[in-house]
Amino acid sequence: MRARRAVLTAAAALWPALAWAHTEQGRAAGLLAGLRHPVSGLDHVLAMVAVGLWGAQLGPPAVWLLPVTFPMVMAFGGMFGLMGVRLPGVEVGVALSGILLGLAVLAEWRPPLKVAAVMVGVFAVFHGHAHGTELPAGASGLLYSMGFVAATGTLHGVGIGIGAIHRWGWGRVALRGAGGLVAAVAAVLLWRLVA
Amino acid sequence: MRRETARRALFAAAVLLLPHAAHAHLVTTGLGPFYDGVSHFALTPEDLVPALALALLAGQHGARAGRLALFTLPAGWLLGGLLGLALPAVASAAALTTASFLVLGGLVAAEARLGTEKVAGLALLFGLLHGYFNGAAMALARLGALGLVGIVSTLFVVVALAAAAVVAIHAPWARIVVRVAGSWIVAIGLLLLGWTLRG
Repeated sequence: MRARRAVLTAAAALWPALAWAHTEQGRAAGLLAGLRHPVSGLDHVLAMVAVGLWGAQLGPPAVWLLPVTFPMVMAFGGMFGLMGVRLPGVEVGVALSGILLGLAVLAEWRPPLKVAAVMVGVFAVFHGHAHGTELPAGASGLLYSMGFVAATGTLHGVGIGIGAIHRWGWGRVALRGAGGLVAAVAAVLLWRLVA
Repeated sequence: MRRETARRALFAAAVLLLPHAAHAHLVTTGLGPFYDGVSHFALTPEDLVPALALALLAGQHGARAGRLALFTLPAGWLLGGLLGLALPAVASAAALTTASFLVLGGLVAAEARLGTEKVAGLALLFGLLHGYFNGAAMALARLGALGLVGIVSTLFVVVALAAAAVVAIHAPWARIVVRVAGSWIVAIGLLLLGWTLRG
């Protein structure tokens, strides 16, 4: 009787790894976690969408330069976050990025391309670092990174898509309003962070 | 006697149920080694994404580079694979994966002008390296040369489709989409480097 129970227990304990092996369950979970992570924080979502809005407002070449460079610079920050390199004031920097990017859209600010690229690049490092330090241990690194980068890029795409309304007169006003809204919500988030 | 039988049953259950988890990443379709190779390539981003990046790079360089890469990449992959089947893996493939993402993604993102011959040379080099590690994994999984043929056949189709798609596009925005794809690949490579350095 005891031996039969032992056999059953051994079978139950050893079965799952075999049953799930062909579905790559762990790796798929890593991809989904990576996709979810960038959209799980409002501060990040606002800033990512604002980058797209601002790029659309600035027009070419900024509209394509920002989505090409942002993921790389952000991943650079993420790499340092993963390595445990400390960066002071990360959360404040993330919240500030939403405020400043929102204000830039609200004011329809048109700085030289290099200034816009450096500004967005600095914010990208903050966002990447924050994500890098929050990445869960034990997840599939590659699949998680793929999901994470794809979700971030999609948020930019959403921003650029919304920003396409810039070609119409009413759209320009609405876009500036959206910028103001982003700045206001980011300011509330910053207030909650420091209060 | 009964106790002995139960002990044997316990041992048999453990032996039957234990072994496969270690090779979970090598997908078995049940349709034979060729289709195992096909599904392995299609479900392994460590190989699929660099192959796609190389196809995008070749497509950015025009039809001639695309045609050359279409044959040099699978040829290198097959050659490297046969080598991997014969010789055990001498190092981890993790460094190669990261390097492939960074180098190939970077070239696509920058829309670098390398020239047709250099693109073909890169295809051959990356094909040899990835193929070698594939071959070593195939040897461990006992899929043999037929599994490798499945991988190379899928690779041929993927490169043909992706490179042709890029050669065919002329709209400026669509070319930028290709560069954005390259920047995503670099970003993934950088994060992968961070994961590796974190240990």
